[in-house]
Order: sequence, then C-alpha cells, then structure tokens
Amino acid sequence: MPHDHHDDHSHALLPPDPALRVKALETILTEKGLIDPAALEEIIDTYQNRIGPQNGARVVARAWSDPDFKAALLADADPVLAELGLYGRQGEHMVVVENTAQQHNMVVCTLCSCYPWPLLGIPPGWYKSDAYRARAVREPRKVLAEFGVTLPKGCAVRVWDSTAEVRYLVLPARPEGSEGLGEEELAALVTRDSMIGTGLARQPGEAPA
Amino acid sequence: MTRVHDMGGRFGDGPVVPEAEDAPVFAEDWHARALAVTLACGALGQWNIDTSRHAREKLSPKDYARFSYYEKWIAALADLLVEKGVLTRADLEGKGAAGLHKLAERALKAENVAGVLAKGGPADREGGPPPRFSPGQAVRARIPADNALVDGGHTRLPAYAAGAQGYILRLHGTHVFPDSSAHGLGEAPEPLYAVRFHASALWAHPEHPEDEVVLDLWQSYLEPL
Repeated sequence: MPHDHHDDHSHALLPPDPALRVKALETILTEKGLIDPAALEEIIDTYQNRIGPQNGARVVARAWSDPDFKAALLADADPVLAELGLYGRQGEHMVVVENTAQQHNMVVCTLCSCYPWPLLGIPPGWYKSDAYRARAVREPRKVLAEFGVTLPKGCAVRVWDSTAEVRYLVLPARPEGSEGLGEEELAALVTRDSMIGTGLARQPGEAPA
Repeated sequence: MTRVHDMGGRFGDGPVVPEAEDAPVFAEDWHARALAVTLACGALGQWNIDTSRHAREKLSPKDYARFSYYEKWIAALADLLVEKGVLTRADLEGKGAAGLHKLAERALKAENVAGVLAKGGPADREGGPPPRFSPGQAVRARIPADNALVDGGHTRLPAYAAGAQGYILRLHGTHVFPDSSAHGLGEAPEPLYAVRFHASALWAHPEHPEDEVVLDLWQSYLEPL
C-alpha cells in the first residue's frame, strides 16, 4: 500500500489536545491566506442556526397535508426539494422513504457519517458513533429499543446504509389525532429522529423530547 | 482486507446513547471549528470527497479508534494537506516559510459560503457503461470487498455485504466511482443501484425474517446470478 505512513503520520506533528490541534491548523492556514476566518464563521452560523431538522420537518408536514406533493416527493425528491430551496451540499441526490404499518425505515452510514445536510443539518453524535454504525444494520430492533421504539411484530425493518452520494430521509407516519392540524402545527410533531427512523413523530399534546 | 472504518455488523460496541433532540449542534466550540476548517480547505480544490473520506479511513487503526469524530477530521485534514503538497511537515511544526500561499487566491470567502453550500457537488454523470441490471434482478455483491484498482484503496462496498445475494431495488443513475476517484484515477462513472438484502443473507442470527438492509452499490461491485 503506497500511501500509508504507519509510523509517520503528519497529524502527529500537531498538539495532542484536540482543541489546540484545530487551533494550530487554523492559525497556520490563516497566516498563509488559505482560509478566511470570516468564512469559517459563516459556515458555523449556517449549520448552527440556519440549516437543521426544521427544514426536513417542513417537508414532512407538507407531505402529510398534500397528497400530490407527497406522491411527487416519493417518486423523485430532487426537483421537489430544489423548488423549496432545499438542495445543497450533502443533499444532492435525495430519496424519501415512507414508513407504513408493514415497513419501518431507518438510515445509517456504516462507513462514515453520510446524512442529508440540507434537510437535517449536521448529524447528532449518536449517528456518528461506532455503536450506531456497527449495530444498526445487524440488530436494528435492539437499537430502536434503545431509542424507546418498539415496532409491532408484523412490521418489517428496512435499514438504508448510505454507501454512495444518495441521501435518505424517512417520511414518518402521521400521528393519530393530528387530523385538522395545519402544516405549522404538524411540523412541530416531526422530530429529527423520526426522519432518521430511530424515532416516531410526536402525538399531538406530547411534550417535546 | 478491510479497514477499521468498515464496522457494519461488528460486535462489542455497547448501547447507542441518544442525545436530546435539542442538544447543541456542536457539543464543543472546536467541533464547529474543525468542521468549518475542513469545509474551507475542501474549497481549495486540491482533492475530492472520495479522497477526503479515504484520508480518514487510512488513519492508523489505533488513531481511528481512539480519536473522537472531529479529531479524525482534523488528523485526516493535516495528513491530506501535506500529502497533496499544500503544507509541508515544517509548516505543521511551526517552522514553515512565512507569507501568502500560492493557493491563497482560491480561499473561500465569507460572501461565497452560502453559494458554495447551496451549489453542492452532485455525483451523477453523463455517459459511462449502460446499466447491466434491472429492478427485481438477483445479484451477488463481489467478494472480496477490496478496491479492485488500488491495493488497500478506498471502496464503498462494506465487508458485511461481500458475497451476499441481494435484489436490485432501483437504479439511481450513473455516478462517480469512488474506488477510482479517490486515487486520482478519474471519475470512471458507473451505474449505481440500491440493492436490498434479506437480513438472513447477511447475518447468522437475523432479528426478524422480514427485515432487510439496502445498500447503494456500483455496477462493478455486482455480479449477475
């Protein structure tokens, strides 16, 4: 293997403490004009404050409310999402998969941490953890139980391992008792985990997790 | 043989510990910095997403296992910057030459961040070989799961699926082939399929007879049955 440097990784030249390690690299790159500190702030602000699960929740609520929108979303999500301004980095090729009484969908990336950024933002720590990556494909029901989710016996689990540039969003089942709610009220029932498939949508009146 | 990142199906990791839905996006300030520095460096155009994934995967197994998520990112970024000649080892030791870098004019500017993130980097391409398989068709994932072009190279065929029989679920179109693209060997686009596998084809003790795992697999990972 020509590109490995087992005893000689360049990163070992940086300080051992991770916060100092990032700072050191950032300082070197800034001094050389390779990164612009203002651009870093803009990136952080984007994913901290502007792009997150509220985007996906809006799409799910609309799909619950509008059968034509839902049909179009499930058939070919990309043009539908582009029209909503939800196209972008790590969401270039979206597929939306619907939970039904017969099939529960759940998303993982066993090889790294692929995740639909424009719809859900930056993945939570558990999604990137070794335990989730290792176990979600082999024992999804035990993993679901750790999230407090138990499926009926007749419901099959389909786990989507995001091995390519295709990103998956789960369309959770619309909760009972949500009839008559508007899109904004419905969106408040859609949790991040319900769009990854490790949770279900909240019941109306259920306290936020 | 596999690398340490290829952990699908592995035993021994313990419970998944979910955070609250409203937990901070970045648990530590330096996590946010690590993400931002990595994205900004990517914008210099000296590597692609497949190269950067491979850089994380080829951290030594000891480093990969002991590093937290964003430590892996930063370690791989430092390695990649040196490997691609953007920085020198002397730079990392604080003994490099002073002054602006020749790539400085390519640095991502704050006013361009929104546009770059919105533009994304689609992986679908025109051309490439025609699709060989159609939905419903039985296929077998190649064994071994190694990169066929480069010894120890990047691949997106997880070891747990290698040799297993599955069924074509859908054709995603023709996508850049990471096994080639990660190593500067060209994009070599190929048809990409969602392939479903019965849990019983992957695991000795599946949880439920109806459960399935779907993987996105390139045409050259698959053989007809």
